[in-house]
Amino acid sequence: MIFDTGYAPAPESTSVVDLRASYGLFIDGGFVTGKETFPTINPATEETLAEVALAGAGEVDAAVAAARTAYENVWGPMPGAERAKYLYRIARIIQERSRELAVLETLDNGKPIRETRDVDLPLVAAHFFHYAGWADKLEYAGYGTTPVGVAGQVIPWNFPLLMLAWKIAPALACGNTVVLKPAETTPLTALAFAEICQQAELPAGVVNIVTGAGETGRLLVEHPGVDKVAFTGSTEVGRQIAHALAGTSKRLSLELGGKGANIVFDDAPLDQAVEGVVNAIFFNQGHVCCAGSRLLVQESVAEELLAKLRARMETLVVGDPLDKNTDVGAVNSAAQLARIRELVASGVEEGAEPWSPPCALPERGFWFAPTVFTCVAASHRVAREEIFGPVLSVLTFRTPEEAVEKANNTPYGLSAGIWTEKGSRILAVAEKLRAGVVWANTFNQFDPASPFGGFKESGYGREGGRHGLEAYLAQG
Amino acid sequence: MTDAVAVTSTRELRGVLHGLPGVDEVGAKARAARLGTRSIKNDTKAAAIDLAISMVDLTTLEGADTPGKVRALCVKAVRTAPGAPTVGAVCVYPDLVKVAVEALAGSGVGIASVATAFPAGRAPLEVKLADTRRAVADGATEIDMVIDRGAFLTGDYGRVFDEITAVKEACGEAHLKVILETGELATYDNVRRASWLAMLAGADFIKTSTGKIQPAATPPVVLVMLQAVRDFQAEHGRVVGVKPAGGIRTTKDALKLLVQVNEVAGPRWLDPRLFRIGASSLLNDLLMQREKLATGVYSGPDYFTLD
Amino acid sequence: MPKADKKNKKPKRTEGGPVRLSVRKTYKLFIGGAFPRSESGRSYVVHDADGAFLANASLASRKDVRDAVVAARKAFGPWAARTAYNRGQILYRIAEMLEGRRAQFVAELRATGRSAEAAGAEVDAAVDRWVWYAGWADKVAAVAGNPNAVAGPFLNISTPVPTGVVGVLAPEGSPLLGLASVLAPAIATGNTAVAVADSPLVAVTFAEVLATSDLPGGVVNILTGHRAELAPWLAGHMDVNALDLAGASAELAAECERAAASNLKRVLRPADEDWHADPGLRRLTAFLETRTVWHPVGV
Repeated sequence: MIFDTGYAPAPESTSVVDLRASYGLFIDGGFVTGKETFPTINPATEETLAEVALAGAGEVDAAVAAARTAYENVWGPMPGAERAKYLYRIARIIQERSRELAVLETLDNGKPIRETRDVDLPLVAAHFFHYAGWADKLEYAGYGTTPVGVAGQVIPWNFPLLMLAWKIAPALACGNTVVLKPAETTPLTALAFAEICQQAELPAGVVNIVTGAGETGRLLVEHPGVDKVAFTGSTEVGRQIAHALAGTSKRLSLELGGKGANIVFDDAPLDQAVEGVVNAIFFNQGHVCCAGSRLLVQESVAEELLAKLRARMETLVVGDPLDKNTDVGAVNSAAQLARIRELVASGVEEGAEPWSPPCALPERGFWFAPTVFTCVAASHRVAREEIFGPVLSVLTFRTPEEAVEKANNTPYGLSAGIWTEKGSRILAVAEKLRAGVVWANTFNQFDPASPFGGFKESGYGREGGRHGLEAYLAQG
Repeated sequence: MTDAVAVTSTRELRGVLHGLPGVDEVGAKARAARLGTRSIKNDTKAAAIDLAISMVDLTTLEGADTPGKVRALCVKAVRTAPGAPTVGAVCVYPDLVKVAVEALAGSGVGIASVATAFPAGRAPLEVKLADTRRAVADGATEIDMVIDRGAFLTGDYGRVFDEITAVKEACGEAHLKVILETGELATYDNVRRASWLAMLAGADFIKTSTGKIQPAATPPVVLVMLQAVRDFQAEHGRVVGVKPAGGIRTTKDALKLLVQVNEVAGPRWLDPRLFRIGASSLLNDLLMQREKLATGVYSGPDYFTLD
Repeated sequence: MPKADKKNKKPKRTEGGPVRLSVRKTYKLFIGGAFPRSESGRSYVVHDADGAFLANASLASRKDVRDAVVAARKAFGPWAARTAYNRGQILYRIAEMLEGRRAQFVAELRATGRSAEAAGAEVDAAVDRWVWYAGWADKVAAVAGNPNAVAGPFLNISTPVPTGVVGVLAPEGSPLLGLASVLAPAIATGNTAVAVADSPLVAVTFAEVLATSDLPGGVVNILTGHRAELAPWLAGHMDVNALDLAGASAELAAECERAAASNLKRVLRPADEDWHADPGLRRLTAFLETRTVWHPVGV
């Protein structure tokens, strides 16, 4: 058969990216070298892409001071309409450099080029466009017009540039200045964004990028010059930050982990449900806080759905993230791969049954085959803990009430999915789900106009839309 | 007749067809669009282009058709390009079947005839059956019938079913392709139901469109029909073919279809016996792209005959 | 109307008749719609502003906190599921019941040392506050929620939904108005509350208002006792979703906020509040989650 070995390699060219050997910190409008550096690697090949500066206390101080000065002298007093124009400029430059940024993101993160090209980058530009328009309309949004001040923002490695956009666009639109720390394994697109700020002639100090690991993040969020902390990452670190900020006047918004339930009723549009299940857990290698990592399927349709799911999983293309046909790319880091393996091993040990389609994984790099666990009990670790990898746990239910109970039986509350053709059932179930985002007959849809964020231990505050302004305005 | 399933009353058929899972329009379109982003390169592309050529039902269905036009088409069907396969079949109106039979003698290319008062299908059943029998008697190896969309949309599934079984019987040895005219069915739910109805009634192929109505063979329609033949095979064991027709003009369109076939129905359907593409101008674009792959130079329409 | 404090203190001689001893009220906790004593069996003496004995109030323990949270959790689902109109009606009923007991509250507030005028003003303001929040129940969704114009074929709507069980440290120095100002916004939107009261007698009498206002048991639970003893248990409780620290000192607030990080409770920090001022939407929206529902639009 002609497609026995796939569709032949279709690699995206890396010639659009001009990688430098080393990158400095972006402070007060310019790049400064750090005392120490650390390497960032391509997780698909384990090759070092560049050396990146490690920000210590002095550099964080300088970045916060630059942000403070810019806030007080330039950005805070600037009319919203002028701030808007800077954000529009940034949005346009992102569109102009979109392919370059997509390739860079794929190199540094390991996610497929199809996703960076078709999902991440369009959403990044759209986010800046959306919030640009808010900058001169804040008085109509309901949270006042007074910015909070200097925002310290710490973002994860799963959607590096998109999370940067989610943080920086609303902060700047509301008149705040920022110091942002990208994840240590994916700093490159944030540094490219720093160049974009220069191209846009954004006033010095409005955006500062400090690279580093957890310690740099801690220095930033605990810095007394920071008025507002925004963090996206694990619930464990979120807890530490909430603890550290207790008793201060700093504002905090958190977007943390999840263990989303994707509920498929027996009257679901089955083919789209299968697609939704696949998209819910295998999008971005399952490195998605709102992933539908628990499939709750009604018993009467479980067998049929699982057969279709397995057949669909056999068509997933796993491998070179730069190949335009790749559906599932590399796991972002050795540490994350180890965590996925450990949790999957626990699932096997606890009696759940894993299944993966046959797929040849590359020898170098960090890879994990798409996996679905059946015979899962609600008490198994794979049904309770966030795996943050391409691993789906399947549980069954008999009645809508049981589905809701199981879906809510978790300390998390970020996302959920409902699949049924019965409109009234969708509304009834959605109303009972303790989750910040409910996708009915769809999954993993994102839009700058749509607020995103969780209940319970999935964090607090919303990002996106009108609601996303609240975290960056004093009256919010 | 043997391929028909023993449910015939409108009531029973309604139970079966309305018991099928629904199709979410947005999800189906998104899936089809995503399959459309697959990139096929190099040797695989060359093989795919040749496969697509062998799947073409080279079609002329104009009021202005003449024996001369059909003969020219038949020559093109057989001598596509040096080293390239012949097309799957030539598709003509019933009164021109004899011409095609003569022109294609010994070539192995199938002779498809539209029948049953194509394209509207608005004629008494006796007329439709006579149309079919005549085409078969003249040598058609494949019959492309249209369903009674009016009956389908009013929910008279029994009538549609009975017509198909009657036409199937009139076909004898000829293969029956059942045209759903999806552009008139309005929803993907209806496309899925009509697909099942045709298969339950014994269709050898389900075909999207007459080519006279827009929209025709859109990617999501083909997606839903490929899902239908896959699910029908899983449930009833019989393998039914799919033929998108109408609006497929470029190699890119054709390759996207092959990707859909591969990933939705499965590799088994990557076979001219189970997948055909009803088209006229597509063939030249396939030949032009074939030339580009072979020579590395972009070709132009002047180097390919119109028919 | 007699003054409650005086009435409690001395037997009263009715004209020409025998001396009648008044019947005192036992001030107990309010948990799950009932008035239990503290499971600990403890009580503490409450004095009036002049230092005279008023009552032995129940001294709530950590186990009472536990029981109150269980009651609040049980009440949460059904309360949140009521129509907003119905919740508004019940809040308005609370205002009605409060108004009907105006004199009693004036008397109890006077016992805390307030002038008749100040006490009256506080009761009136408290009634008005319940009325204000009663009206918000079916309007907050229109103000805090909205459809979102997403770039795709989807209907997308964000609606405010209650956070869950809210732990409340009632503000100091405003026994009735302050309590109204923290309880009403929490429950108007469908949350349930466990409140540690400031002024025990007023709070317990207010619980009697709640108990006669069609408010389902467990929606509001009121504990009397030592704030510093109870607050950390409330703040650390893993089944409490949010904290209103209105009545916490800076130190206690910091301690509670640290404990609240254990399950990432939403925390409303104490602020310098004028309880007579327009409350705005800050409290009403502090204990709301935004849930955004997407659905494809297709035929």
